[in-house]
Amino acid sequence: MAGNLVQGAVFTVMVVRAGMLHDPVFELELAQQVQRSPRFFLNAPVVLDLKGTTEFTREAEFLDARDILRRHTLTLIGIQNAQPAQLDAAAAAGLASFAPNATQPSRGRPADPGLSAAAAPQAATPTAAKSRLVTQPVRSGTQIYVRGGDLVVTAPVSAGAEIMADGNIHVYGALRGRALAGASGDVEARIFCSRLEAELVSIAGHYLVSDQLPPEQRGSAVQIALVDDRLTIERN
Amino acid sequence: MAKIIVLTSGKGGVGKTTSAAAIAAGLALRGKRTVVIDFDVGLRNLDLIMGCERRVVFDFINVINGDAKLNQALIKDKRNDNLYIFPTSQTRDKDALKREGVERVLDELKDNFDYIVCDSPAGIEHGAITALYFADSAIIVTNPEVSSVRDSDRIIGILASKSRRAEHNLEPVDVHLLLTRYSLERVKKGEMLSVEDVNEILSIPLLGVIPESESVLKASNTGTPIVFDQESLAGRAYIDAVARFLGEQREMRFVTPERRSFFRALLGRA
Repeated sequence: MAGNLVQGAVFTVMVVRAGMLHDPVFELELAQQVQRSPRFFLNAPVVLDLKGTTEFTREAEFLDARDILRRHTLTLIGIQNAQPAQLDAAAAAGLASFAPNATQPSRGRPADPGLSAAAAPQAATPTAAKSRLVTQPVRSGTQIYVRGGDLVVTAPVSAGAEIMADGNIHVYGALRGRALAGASGDVEARIFCSRLEAELVSIAGHYLVSDQLPPEQRGSAVQIALVDDRLTIERN
Repeated sequence: MAKIIVLTSGKGGVGKTTSAAAIAAGLALRGKRTVVIDFDVGLRNLDLIMGCERRVVFDFINVINGDAKLNQALIKDKRNDNLYIFPTSQTRDKDALKREGVERVLDELKDNFDYIVCDSPAGIEHGAITALYFADSAIIVTNPEVSSVRDSDRIIGILASKSRRAEHNLEPVDVHLLLTRYSLERVKKGEMLSVEDVNEILSIPLLGVIPESESVLKASNTGTPIVFDQESLAGRAYIDAVARFLGEQREMRFVTPERRSFFRALLGRA
């Protein structure tokens, strides 16, 4: 019976690097991000990544961090990559410690598409529930967000529309609005579209606005990936 | 049972009221019993365009509030027996449009007409939402310029999410594009979006292209729906649009340069 008392579950949680908290630009950008999708960020859990920082050895520092995030409706729930001294201070502040090897969201990504198609009958149920297929044009002013999965749109996405997914975004049509893949920080996420005319593309918070898109790529079928913290656009 | 058609656009000044008057009069000319309702409470204009402003006694809001009977407020057109105008109030504002009241009035109209044409106010607020809420069909009035196209796109999205048909999971509102104030000359110079440009962004069926024409302004100022002017190109374009709405095939005019035949050129006739 005791086995039923504790159950395991897997969650997607946003990770904030500790160093960024002291960057004045960070709070401004965070505020803008939250304003764009307030429902997504409301009471959303956040883990503080302490990698590479020697600070945060005092409980008060964690409480400060919690306040900063709270101001933007986020809830600090724990830390990762902590040194022993940091671990004690975090525990005193009531924060959980997450395993360091879980830095990147570990969504089951099939390595080989052929293989996953073959395995589909068994694996279909959980995968299908996570991704979303949109067959109607996404009109200006519409917002679509797929939590924990991919978004596939088989119609145009209009200027003034916003599509977001924690996973990849595929648009089989013209992408004219904003597309934000890896919305919870998955740096492996990609954006695919048959015609790039986007107002903004973003992967894991790294973004390019329309003006920054290379003119020669406009109107082409492309895939966008994050390589060494830079968005790279490749013609398909 | 009448079909409810809304003329809407998001953006103002694109020709919704002119088009509502023309489409309603066009339907009446085809023998359909038609009523055109002004939803632009507080900015009453339809009665002017229809040339019946001196005959308004009671209005839409009076009927919604139960202060007047439907047949006291409906104005019969003097040019066509099938056409009725339902003016709105100039002294009230959009808040007077209560959804239940509007539904009751529309239900009553449905028994007596083939088509109910709703002239929506601009914007995406209460007035515009109420105008489109009960629609079976929507005619999206768009000018060939980017801001108008984007606003049209927005309103198409609203029709797909906030209309009665969307809320009750019925068959979606059937949406048509009416491109107004189109000037082939300016399209050729690159000053205006072409039919193809607009089509590509909105991707909804094209009901008609109305050429930019001085006769439209003249018709408005004299209170004559443009379809009653058989000479005008715009009037003919609206007649075509109505025919297409009724399911007929008509070739799209005014979108390619007019070809003057050699003989007609010789005879000096345009």
